[in-house]
Amino acid sequence: MATRASHNARRSTYGCLSVRTLIALFVSLALSSLAHAADSRKSGFDFMQPSTQATQLDDTQNPAMLWVKDGQLLWNKPDGSAAKSCANCHGEIARMRGVAPRYPAYSSAQKKVVNLSQQISQCRIEQQRATPWPFEHESLLGLEAAIAKESRALPVKPPEHPLLVEAQKRGTTLFNQRIGQVDLSCRDCHDTLAGKKLGGNVIPQGHATGYPIYRLEWQSVGSLQRRLRGCMTAVRAEPYAFGASELVDLEAYLAKRAAGMPLEAPAVRP
Amino acid sequence: MARTLITVPETAKAGEIIEIKALVQHPMETGYRRSSDGDMLPRDLIRTFTCHFVVGPTAASAAEAGELVFAATFHAAVAANPYLSFNFRATASGTLVMVWNGDKGFAQRETVNLRVS
Amino acid sequence: MKRRIFLATSAGAVLSVLSRPVAAVAQSSVLTTLVNEYAAGGVVREGRVKFDIARLVDNGNSVPIEVTVDSPMTRQQHVVGIKIFNEKNPQNDVAQFTLSPQSGRARVATRIRLAATQQLVAVAKMNDGSCWTHTVEVLVTIASCVEE
Repeated sequence: MATRASHNARRSTYGCLSVRTLIALFVSLALSSLAHAADSRKSGFDFMQPSTQATQLDDTQNPAMLWVKDGQLLWNKPDGSAAKSCANCHGEIARMRGVAPRYPAYSSAQKKVVNLSQQISQCRIEQQRATPWPFEHESLLGLEAAIAKESRALPVKPPEHPLLVEAQKRGTTLFNQRIGQVDLSCRDCHDTLAGKKLGGNVIPQGHATGYPIYRLEWQSVGSLQRRLRGCMTAVRAEPYAFGASELVDLEAYLAKRAAGMPLEAPAVRP
Repeated sequence: MARTLITVPETAKAGEIIEIKALVQHPMETGYRRSSDGDMLPRDLIRTFTCHFVVGPTAASAAEAGELVFAATFHAAVAANPYLSFNFRATASGTLVMVWNGDKGFAQRETVNLRVS
Repeated sequence: MKRRIFLATSAGAVLSVLSRPVAAVAQSSVLTTLVNEYAAGGVVREGRVKFDIARLVDNGNSVPIEVTVDSPMTRQQHVVGIKIFNEKNPQNDVAQFTLSPQSGRARVATRIRLAATQQLVAVAKMNDGSCWTHTVEVLVTIASCVEE
């Protein structure tokens, strides 16, 4: 675990921010519903109980904000043998607005499609000359959550690149492919049975608009890959390893599938 | 050091009742769960929280005890990353001193200045 | 059924919760004993306390609650403590809070864990030693997508 500085957040910064974000979110939701009158897509947020929704909408209650605060400190902290911080190259973290909705994206440096956490790792290796954090490391999730939060309410917008299109196609195949002893595909639950109940839970449509999320089941923040692996285990399939190209392909397809929907990161989910 | 997120209005009118919200990062491991390898996960809880108020225009030092505003005792049934919201009647400017203590020597102290006009 | 609940809970299951006020339902004897212990001889009555918990929540790992007590919170008349007990978690104690006239409002909000269908009680102790309670019944169902 990384050393964590402690800090306070005043209502003057957080309260206002969350109200502004809320308004922006509602305006963008309203606009998107006008633009796509026939759009039947729903965020997982819409399937949650009001008490969980309230936890997500209030930054002073959302536990994911603990990770965000950590990420905001890391943004400005020099690291690695280059002793550079994220801010040294990118400026204030607010300038990251619009970045998270693009991912996964094609990385010319890595010559493959990468998600946001893999891009952060690339920066750590190439720019900071630091050791990349392992998948699901608190600091990696914190930085990813802090960057994603800057794009709240912006529409998911995968960039156009022929190799990203290829990844999306592979992701589509994976999404529709039955797997595991339970013999279910992602589509079987999240398209065909979305809105119906599985045990005590409503099955959401599977739009990954809030990652990284604070999941009540995890009692912590986690990535979309952790969630995808959880689904795979649940249908008794062997999950792909963290960082596997198959998981990135699935993420790429999910981003295409959720294109235009507003980003909610860091969301709270059951 | 744990991360905390404390929400207190910067200023208050004399006599105004303000809301204080405090989040702290902690797993609140119950002692009833097993790891994926089948081993019991040892209990690791925050046991107590206190909020004191030290009257005065300057930041309170660690030595100043102040007046007890609010206290909590937690058990395993308190959710991970404990959240608390409580109230305080602001009468004078001063410092709110919040302290979390728990198992494995967990100790976290935060101070927040409050300006009362 | 009990065994399954225990196993699922110990694995960190997702639980959803449905609560309803205990109107005609008698308070569980477990809770009555705990309340009387906390009251330490003071008179215990129902009322003045409002235990807010959602009728339906998504997951028993984190259930938002709020307890408010009808009290002027003056030097003469105030709440000194609020205690919450549950009936069927592995431990009956949930949390205890200390308040004072400086609190201004007799209120506290937090998030708790619920392992099974059960009753919960909030007890407010006044500065005169009297205690007031609100008991709620909570329905907890085990849900689907748990992570092992």
